[in-house]
Amino acid sequence: MTFLSVTGLDVHYGDFQAIYSLDLTIAEGETLAVIGANGAGKSTLLKAIAGLVPVTAGDIEFDGASIAHIAPHKRVAHGIALTPEGRKIFPSLTVEENLLVGGHTKRPGPWNLASVYAAFPLVADRKDRLGTNLSGGEQQAAAIGRALMSNPRLLLLDEVSLGLAPVVVEQIYAALPTITGHGTTVLVVEQDVKQSMKVADRVQCLLEGRTVLEGDPADLSREQIATAYFGI
Amino acid sequence: MVWLNAIVQGVLLGGLYALLAAGLSLMFGVMRIVNLAHGALAILAAYVGLVVVEATGVSPFLAMAVVVPIMAGVGYALQWGIFNRALAQGGLAPLLAAFGLSVVITQLLQAKFTADSRSLPTGDLATASIQINGDLSIGVLPLITFVVGVLAILGLQAFISKAPLGRAMRAASDDPDTVKLMGIDNRQVYALSTAIAIGMVGVAGMFLGIRGNFDPYYGQAMLIFAFEAVIIGGLGSLWGTLIGGMVLGVAQSLGSQFNPSYGILIGHLVFLAILAFRPTGLLPKAVTT
Repeated sequence: MTFLSVTGLDVHYGDFQAIYSLDLTIAEGETLAVIGANGAGKSTLLKAIAGLVPVTAGDIEFDGASIAHIAPHKRVAHGIALTPEGRKIFPSLTVEENLLVGGHTKRPGPWNLASVYAAFPLVADRKDRLGTNLSGGEQQAAAIGRALMSNPRLLLLDEVSLGLAPVVVEQIYAALPTITGHGTTVLVVEQDVKQSMKVADRVQCLLEGRTVLEGDPADLSREQIATAYFGI
Repeated sequence: MVWLNAIVQGVLLGGLYALLAAGLSLMFGVMRIVNLAHGALAILAAYVGLVVVEATGVSPFLAMAVVVPIMAGVGYALQWGIFNRALAQGGLAPLLAAFGLSVVITQLLQAKFTADSRSLPTGDLATASIQINGDLSIGVLPLITFVVGVLAILGLQAFISKAPLGRAMRAASDDPDTVKLMGIDNRQVYALSTAIAIGMVGVAGMFLGIRGNFDPYYGQAMLIFAFEAVIIGGLGSLWGTLIGGMVLGVAQSLGSQFNPSYGILIGHLVFLAILAFRPTGLLPKAVTT
């Protein structure tokens, strides 16, 4: 039984098809990076797993049961959390309130306010600030902390590094070993190939809604990845 | 002293307007629904109260213990049955649904209770007053209404800032899609918000019925006052709604002092002046998205 298995997935936005018959599997405890250029369907894939976009064909199985057609808020109770693209921190709530909303389901587990603050000192320093008054990096760290507050078994990270200074990206990725150390499975979507190769056990590259390359980062050459990434 | 008296009466009246407007403010703040049925629902509560009082003989204050939960249930059902569907349609659908609802409630009340004016009996309390000095006396009933209005808004404000559900309401107001990623069903949060809002308008409706006569159409006039209180105070701010209710109450009361037929007109003029010179209201919400 695989932990997460996506089979033959199709996703449409109206008449536009974003994902074509995509297959993807993750074992429990693994860190998978999905890479690809803008518009490759990476974010759509995460949204489909989290339930924010409807699945038009295929199936998504989590822990042996199909979740393809259940409401997004119920998937959180099953242990799936998404840190959305653009962070989507609630602007009128303080950082701490953002975290508390993240823990609304009260799923038991290692993550609580104290452990999130320990993993992200950046967030602890800003806990009384309103979400609207955070820098991009602070927002990103808070958004990951907020997702962790639901004690997910599967954490979906969308475009963590987008628009952030490299030093801030380093700081945020520094918390990843702590997260995976608790047994959390991580599916990270990145445009920053270098960063994702560093953290992932396995890489899957998408191009125009289809998988074009898959493998262990150590086995893949730069040329292979460049070809898959740009489709040339 | 006459003017001081008018101001005091106006502030007390403002408590009632604030109570009436709080639910309107809450529904707009959380869901951006402009609930045009708010006045009709207040009057519905007064009629429900009338039925309870006539059937059991209890005082209207005791009847609230039944009326408020009924109205909260009505709010919950309306949200799931009508407003959540209308919100999914987007655009003007919630506004039109609320407008239709207000017409339906008013017509049903007229069919059942006729257009005759009714009131909720309170015996001696209706005329009881506390004499402060020769010129100034405070009616016990307006004072109770005012205290209940202020306490209701204080309580609601505390609930929204501290309780987990209040936090979820603010989060859903910021971003309903992202709330789903927190394991929260935004439609359920909306239904509970509307239950609170309509429960509060149930209290307001009972006080309206205790204070004076009402008929099925009375809600329309009350809806305008409630809107004015919300706008004067600033959209989405409960404190603002309380202040707005008082400003409107004082304006009407001072206007009536000037000339008895000018009270409501002066209230509208003050409202228009604030729209013209300070359109965000007196206490606009600190964070706008």
